[in-house]
Amino acid sequence: MMTKKASSSSNARPSKSKNPKFLWTRKDLVGLDELSSEEIVHVLDTAVSFQEVSTRSIKKIPALRGKVVALLFFEDSTRTRMSFELAASRLSADTVFLSGKGSSTSKGETTLDTVRNVEAMGVDVFVIRHSQSGAPHQLVDKVNVPIVNAGDGPHEHPTQALLDIFTIRQKLGTLEGVRVAIVGDIAHSRVARSNIIGLRKLGAEVVVVGPPTLVPATITAMGCEISHSLDDILGEVDVINMLRIQFERFSSNLFPSLREYSSLFGMNADRLSKCRKDVLIMHPGPINRGVELTSEVADGPNSCILQQVTNGLAVRMAVLYLVSQSRH
Amino acid sequence: MIDILITNGRVIDPASGRDEIANVMVANGFVSKIGKTAPKARRTIDASGKIVCPGLIDLHVHCREPGHEEEETIATAASAAVAGGFTTICAMPNTHPPQDDETSILYVLQRMARAGKARVLPVGCITKGGEGKELAEMGMMHEAGAVAFTDDGTGVAGSTVMQRALQYAQMIDVVIMQHCQDPDLFGGVMNSGAVAVRLGLPGIAASGEEIMLRRDLELVKRTGARYHAMHISSAGSVEIIRQAKAQGLPVTAEATPHHLLLTDAACIGYDPNYKINPPLRSAGDVEALRQGVSDGTIDCLATDHAPHSKEEKEMEFALAPFGIVSLDCALGLYARALVHSGLMDWGEMLAKLTVNPAAIIDPTLGMLQEGAPADITIIDPDKRWTVNANKFASKARNCPYHGWKLKGRAIATIAGGEFKFQLQNASRIDK
Repeated sequence: MMTKKASSSSNARPSKSKNPKFLWTRKDLVGLDELSSEEIVHVLDTAVSFQEVSTRSIKKIPALRGKVVALLFFEDSTRTRMSFELAASRLSADTVFLSGKGSSTSKGETTLDTVRNVEAMGVDVFVIRHSQSGAPHQLVDKVNVPIVNAGDGPHEHPTQALLDIFTIRQKLGTLEGVRVAIVGDIAHSRVARSNIIGLRKLGAEVVVVGPPTLVPATITAMGCEISHSLDDILGEVDVINMLRIQFERFSSNLFPSLREYSSLFGMNADRLSKCRKDVLIMHPGPINRGVELTSEVADGPNSCILQQVTNGLAVRMAVLYLVSQSRH
Repeated sequence: MIDILITNGRVIDPASGRDEIANVMVANGFVSKIGKTAPKARRTIDASGKIVCPGLIDLHVHCREPGHEEEETIATAASAAVAGGFTTICAMPNTHPPQDDETSILYVLQRMARAGKARVLPVGCITKGGEGKELAEMGMMHEAGAVAFTDDGTGVAGSTVMQRALQYAQMIDVVIMQHCQDPDLFGGVMNSGAVAVRLGLPGIAASGEEIMLRRDLELVKRTGARYHAMHISSAGSVEIIRQAKAQGLPVTAEATPHHLLLTDAACIGYDPNYKINPPLRSAGDVEALRQGVSDGTIDCLATDHAPHSKEEKEMEFALAPFGIVSLDCALGLYARALVHSGLMDWGEMLAKLTVNPAAIIDPTLGMLQEGAPADITIIDPDKRWTVNANKFASKARNCPYHGWKLKGRAIATIAGGEFKFQLQNASRIDK
């Protein structure tokens, strides 16, 4: 959305981009909606070059030495926070952390005031997680520091989608023509939205699966198809991304019970046997074992759930690196 | 000697159908004569090329006083009104405390008198505290000066309460104005549809508006009470009202500038200045509303001027309050939606801002005739201007039209026979 063009990109650390002339000029990464397919591919390619860092005995490179990454988590998160924190530390950046609870936001300070205060302390990148859709987007033209969206309400979770797409590309070699099913609470899922946007931009087909109460009919405007039957699509997809179901959803009558949800939309050995042999089973975590996925599927040979987590680190290193370099 | 002489204007009075070049004379707060003569006057205005019409009426304004004087006061709302060409505005009762008894109605009138700008006519709550449970003292409020009743901000949810409110209001022949929204179908922050889904924001479906409207019309059928549907927003609502009118029900309706000009696509970017209740809907709804205004299904134009502070509108989209201000610039917005789009001429549009709203709250207003109160607006229909929210007479700046280029503007506003507003450097209309 709001992008500020930088005059030149730093070459402090070369990335093995397939398009070495590509110039990253984006100050912020608030959503995949704003990115071109070339930019998405550039992030993925940059992440490839960072993958190897995690295999070293000393897992650190000096790319962001002397820089400060502020993790502003207005909404709770453990794994996304850890992943960003580790990514920053592998780039030698310092991190500061602010949680929504116990901070001044609980005393009534607005998000804008909090962010401006932290900016005034002199930080170089904001990583923002917020319960409200659009919160990081509303900040980008009000602060000078690059903003990375770590999840805004049910809107977008761009780094999660990037790591999902990275994992599919790693496994299948391409996104072009790949058919991906995203199963679960599409209506309230930022992971679903960012995945649909990113996958479509890279030429994949997407079918979203769930009951009509969790799958808004107008989501087809984002370029995906809808199925209300998981069984119907099992044999036709290359990837099945199972979303975490929020337990509180059934109290608002979005589905009758976890038992029923699991019987209609849960992935189990029986359903897996009806899939293509090499189907990829993904999940953004944390898994409700026995609800979205049975343990035999989650831990089975088709599952790439832990690779997603590993890849998340490289992707987030790439994102932090790119946005902090783009300012010069 | 008379007080004011307005010469050579195009005098439009939708109430009588008059539309001719004439002189308008004002004495002692009333229109003394409309004709060709030009007697000596204390002030003479040359209105050549201008429209001279009854003072505009806005049935739907939130003045925020008492309770939120930092957002707006009765005085600043009244100043914004006359700057926009309005001589009468209706003050919505969702103040803090709410306008739900005689004293609070008298307070509005006292503040209006102190401000001395536009007429600010108080609207009372239908239910105590606007809570939708017990009827407020409508009879005493009416005697104190309340011109209508509404729980605007929310709709009256209970069917029994609504039925009794209609029965009771019919006794005193005062209109019930409804904010049509079934609370059970609420919970969103923008129009439900593809844009909301993409933005990850919860939607407000038009069905919530249409269901309450349909229920209310069933109750109107049974009670015969006068009923006014506020700020209707959907094509479905327009059709429901069209059918109700065809059946002869005593129903009227209003449309706002934003519902005639903006769609939910404006919410892309998460600017809370586009957050409004009822929400901005689809292009098809905008078209249906314009058609509804054009064919008479929608009787009135009303701003739903809803001031909010800057800090409130800097919050996240879902957390920010609903509301847009437009009193200062509404006339140019209406002209853009209805006149410059070719749907109607100025005379037809002005009916929706004068005689039609007057018929709902006070039939003695809204006309430009000999003997009528001298509430007069002089409009330059060709005046091109740019909306600058920072110069509004209103205290509030939550205006999505900032920077819009409009054509048509009130250049002078006379209320009760006195000049309350004159646009500076308009075109040296003073002789």
